[in-house]
Amino acid sequence: MFVGPFFLGLVVFIYVPILWSLYLSFFDAYNTVTPTKFVGLGNYADMLGDPSFRDSLLTFVVFAAFIVPTTFVLSLLVAVLVARTRVMQAFFRSVFFLPTACSYVVAALIWKMSIFSGVRFGLVNTVLGWFGQDPIPFLSVTHPPWYWLVIVSARLWLQVGFYMILFLAGLQRISPTLYEAAAIDGASQWQSFRYITLPQLRATSTAVLLLLLVNAFQAFDEFYNILNTFGTYPPYARPPLVYLYYVALGSGQDFGHGTAGAVILALLIAIVALVQGRITGIGRGGD
Amino acid sequence: MTHTPRSSRTVLETPLARRRLFALGGGLAAASALAACGGNTGRETAATSGGAAGGKPALSQWYHQYGEAGTQQAVEKFAAAYPDAKVTVSWKPGDYDQSTAASLLTDAGPDVFEYGNGPTIDMIKAGQVADLTEVVASAKDDFNKAILDRMTYQGKVYAVPQVIDMQLLVYRKSMLEKAGVKPPTTIDELVAAAKKLTDSKVKGLFLGNDGGLGLGGPMLWAAGADYLTPDNTFGFGTPAAAAALGKLRELFTSNALLLGAPKDWFDASALTQGLCAIQWTGLWTLPDIQKALGDDFGVLPWPAMSGGKQSVPVGAYGSCVSTKSKNVDAAKKFVQWLWVDQTDKQLEWATAYGFHIPARQSLVSKADKLKTGPAADAAKLVQDFGHAQTPLLWTPKCATAFGDMMSRIVKDGADPAAQIAVVKPVVEAELKRVTS
Repeated sequence: MFVGPFFLGLVVFIYVPILWSLYLSFFDAYNTVTPTKFVGLGNYADMLGDPSFRDSLLTFVVFAAFIVPTTFVLSLLVAVLVARTRVMQAFFRSVFFLPTACSYVVAALIWKMSIFSGVRFGLVNTVLGWFGQDPIPFLSVTHPPWYWLVIVSARLWLQVGFYMILFLAGLQRISPTLYEAAAIDGASQWQSFRYITLPQLRATSTAVLLLLLVNAFQAFDEFYNILNTFGTYPPYARPPLVYLYYVALGSGQDFGHGTAGAVILALLIAIVALVQGRITGIGRGGD
Repeated sequence: MTHTPRSSRTVLETPLARRRLFALGGGLAAASALAACGGNTGRETAATSGGAAGGKPALSQWYHQYGEAGTQQAVEKFAAAYPDAKVTVSWKPGDYDQSTAASLLTDAGPDVFEYGNGPTIDMIKAGQVADLTEVVASAKDDFNKAILDRMTYQGKVYAVPQVIDMQLLVYRKSMLEKAGVKPPTTIDELVAAAKKLTDSKVKGLFLGNDGGLGLGGPMLWAAGADYLTPDNTFGFGTPAAAAALGKLRELFTSNALLLGAPKDWFDASALTQGLCAIQWTGLWTLPDIQKALGDDFGVLPWPAMSGGKQSVPVGAYGSCVSTKSKNVDAAKKFVQWLWVDQTDKQLEWATAYGFHIPARQSLVSKADKLKTGPAADAAKLVQDFGHAQTPLLWTPKCATAFGDMMSRIVKDGADPAAQIAVVKPVVEAELKRVTS
């Protein structure tokens, strides 16, 4: 009764679209959501045979392998530092959390047009200029791939604060008596971190890892806004969702291939999450 | 933005560009999907929808949000002046192409709507847009041929061009004179000029922050090739085309291109702020340039190589009728009234609120703004060298493959001929799909 409205919303906006997507993925569905031409697994075969889509999947497996641990370590580090701070802790907590409140789109535009602008008066290029360096067109060249610097720094700035808060909450739940006992036993700082903090944060860490992982594969906003120029997106650093966006939601309304790609991506996320669960022991019961 | 049928650059970038900037604010897929679900379709409520409002049919007409002041009032005025139906104008901010394409799948879409370069081939094939051949019949020969052909499939016209936009090269006369450079008419001259005009403060040429990828089409035309041949087969499998695309790589690595400008090529600030001497931009920037530089500028078409022709890409929003409309005939009549019969309104729309070229030859000569100076030169370029940005059968999938190819050739230094060979099967499969 109480969950009725919520459940209804869930059905209408989540389950029906998911099932409909599945249905569409087996049809030839150009510019229609009520297709008639059944193609079986044809769309799946096309998508898996599409080198651009495979490239983007591969790029994002590599991207996830890099960004997940990086964000994890950075947010944990910031959380531990903030938790240890005795002066102005609330201030530092807010400062690090604040970027979370910033829109991805706005941040992406600032990164693109101001900080990493390619002209000599862009922020980074101004600093480089002090050291006699020529301006670098960060987003216009692929050798070296400077665009990753722009994207990764924007993403870290936007996300670290949020995961820091999760870790902080976890840290505050660790009983101080554990640290006191360890201190009496003569444990070093590193030993307390390694044998008390880390194990006690296991539940939080697992959740953070899973969120990071899903997030990495669902990357869209900052990539799209930093690298997209007038409706075209370069073939490098192209997230699967951006590629699918161009397949199914641009002026190309190819829902059959688009939904097939989305199902493949969902399966990939599920598989990686399961593997990760195996490794980190999520749902293994116990504490 | 123009994403056009995802051609890399739609001419319509003008308003589009501005619009898209706004769109970025919320322009994610989700946002546009939501917009598509938005309640107000501009149609009358159920009681009157599709029926008669005071004896007259009710029609909804959609426009994207134009950037120029007065445009919304103008189209509302035009709609109100139509005697035979009650036309409600919807002014759509945000990602117009996407939300309109999505709304055509539903019953909540428009009766009459504009679409960049006319409807896509898949809209036509899915039967989403009505045949307007009869509607334009009385003025068929008066419309710009390149544009009307772009909106025609198998002899049937599916959109009525509203107004023409174009892209072109603009140069600072004083900078060229100082460096002793003549306005380039061949690609080699352009490359040489760009290098000669570059110094520590100024770059010779600005083709866009993508480094000139968007000039793939004009480069094909420069080499006498095209996206597709006139009978719709793959159009650029020639050594000349490969050589032409390689020229863009040469430019990219010459250190003479401006890259990473704060405002991209759709805006003239790179030129007016003195960051570059020659810039690729759109006709819509001429008023800004004139304001900033007075008469210290001239316009040029994209140059040619041997065997090819100079060119300027042209595009136009076309007015279409949705077949889901409950009043297809009334909608057609309205389109005919506004975009075929009412030439004074068409002239006002083209010239009173910004800087565009009327879609009909007979009106170009009546446009005072296009009679003198660089504007007159530009209008002439459209007639002499105008080229629809991309062919109708150039589907989004072709455009993506082409864009990827351009990026690999220009930015990564990949072999043009080998990259063209990668694109060819993609294009041929798409041609087979849409013509089957």
